[in-house]
Amino acid sequence: MEKEKYKKLTEKFSPKENKVKNMVVAFIIGGLIGLLGQILITIYSSFDGISINEAGSLMMVTIIFLSCLFTALGFFDNWVSKAGAGLFVPISGFAHATTSSALEYKKEGLVFGIGSNIFKLSGSVILYGVVSAYIFGIIRFLFFGG
Amino acid sequence: MNIKFNNVYVEDVSTVAGPFVIDGPLKFDDIFTDFYDNEDTFEKCEIKELKKAIDILLNKTNKNEKDIAFGMGSDLMNQITITNYVFEKYNIPFLGVYNACASMCEEILIASSILDKYKDKNSIITTSSHNMTAERQYRNPVEYGSPKPKTTTFTVTGSTGMLLTNNKTNIKVESATIGKVIDMGINDVYDMGSVMTPSAAYTLNEHLKQTKTKVSDYDLILTGDLGKYGKDLFKEYVKEEYDITLGDNYDDSATMIYDYKDDVYAGGSGPSCLPLVVYSDIIPKMKNKEIKKVLLIATGALMSPTTINQKMSIPSVSHAICLEAI
Repeated sequence: MEKEKYKKLTEKFSPKENKVKNMVVAFIIGGLIGLLGQILITIYSSFDGISINEAGSLMMVTIIFLSCLFTALGFFDNWVSKAGAGLFVPISGFAHATTSSALEYKKEGLVFGIGSNIFKLSGSVILYGVVSAYIFGIIRFLFFGG
Repeated sequence: MNIKFNNVYVEDVSTVAGPFVIDGPLKFDDIFTDFYDNEDTFEKCEIKELKKAIDILLNKTNKNEKDIAFGMGSDLMNQITITNYVFEKYNIPFLGVYNACASMCEEILIASSILDKYKDKNSIITTSSHNMTAERQYRNPVEYGSPKPKTTTFTVTGSTGMLLTNNKTNIKVESATIGKVIDMGINDVYDMGSVMTPSAAYTLNEHLKQTKTKVSDYDLILTGDLGKYGKDLFKEYVKEEYDITLGDNYDDSATMIYDYKDDVYAGGSGPSCLPLVVYSDIIPKMKNKEIKKVLLIATGALMSPTTINQKMSIPSVSHAICLEAI
C-alpha cells in the first residue's frame, strides 16, 4: 500500500476529537480562572496600602502558588488533562509545567536534576517571551516613541 | 523467515502487575498497588517487581539459578538498564534484547532457537514495563498533565517471566516468524496502533504463507498491542493488502488488559502488555485444553524522542510465535 493511501486509511479509523466540547470546557474553566483572579484583586485591593497594580501582582503570585501546591499534591495533572487550554494557557499552566519538571528530576540531584531540568517544559515560554518582549519593545520605542 | 521448533516447551509463567492493570479483568501471581511500592524511585520499583517475577517463576518450577542455562530480558529503559540491574543479582548468563513491545516474541524466538538443539536445558525470558518510568523517558514529567488524543496507549505496569525447557510439557513452542522493519511514514507519537499495523500485517501474512496455514487453523490470533482503534485498522488493512479476513478468533492484547473505567485511552502498551495477557489468561486456557493453537504477533514501535523531534517517522517491527497445546 502507498504511504499516502495508508495515511488516509488510518484517518478513517482515528476517532474524532470533540473540538466544540473542548472549546466550551476551556472557555468556562479559563473564565473561572479569570473570575478567581478578579475576586482576588478585589479582596487584596480592599486592604489599606495595596494599590490595584500591587493587588494584580499578589493575585498572580497566589495563582502560581496554588498551581504549584496542587501539582506537588499530585492531582493538578488530572485537572489539566480534563480542563485542557482553560488551565494550561493561563499562568497556572506555566507554574504547573515548571513544578512538574522540578518534581520529576528531584531524585537526580540539585544541580544535574532540578537545576538542569526545571525549565525543560517551560524554557521555551521564557526564551521566546523574553525575545519577543525585546522585539516589541524596540518596535514600540522606534515607531511609537517609547 | 519462519523457524520450526521440535524440542522447546513452556514449563511455567509468572506475572506481577501494578496500578491500573490490577483493576482490569485479569488475575496475576502478585500485585502491587502503588507506583513506588515502598521504593524511593520508579526505576527501583520496576527493578523490584521484575526480580519478584523471576523469583516467583523459579519457585513455581522448583528450580534454582544453577538449573537455568541462560536468561533473556527486555524493558523500555535506555540500554535495557532495569533488566540488567535485576540479572546482576543472579548467577545466570544473560542476553538483553530490545524490540519495544515486540520483545516478548523476539525473546521466545531467540531462546527457542538456542534451546532447540539441546537436551534438558532451561531458559528464563522476562519482560518489564512501568508506566511512570516509560512516561518520563518517552514523554513528559509524570506530574505534568495535558489533554491527549483518544488513540494514545497507556503503558502497562508489570513484569513477567516464562520458563522455556527441553523437557516435554503440554505447551509446545511450535514455530516463529521473524518480521521485517516497516515504516509507513507515520510520526504521530500518540497513535502507535497506526505505526505498527503494517508490520503486524506483514508478519501475519508471512507466517500464514510460510507455514501453509489459514486464519481458521488457529483458535486465537493475538496481536499486542495495537489498541482499540489500531485493532479495527489492522482488520481492514490485512483485508485490503493481503486479502486475509480475521474473524472472532482475532483479538488484541491492548484491549484486554484494562477495564475502561480508568482513563487509559486506547488501551495498554509496553513489552509487558502482551505477556501479561498471554500468561494470565491464554496459557491457563491452553493448559486446560480450552484452546489449542495460538498465534502471537508482538508488535513493536521503535520510537525515539530525538528522531521524532527531528521530524522523522517511526519504524515498526513485529514477530510471530505459534504456541500449541499438546
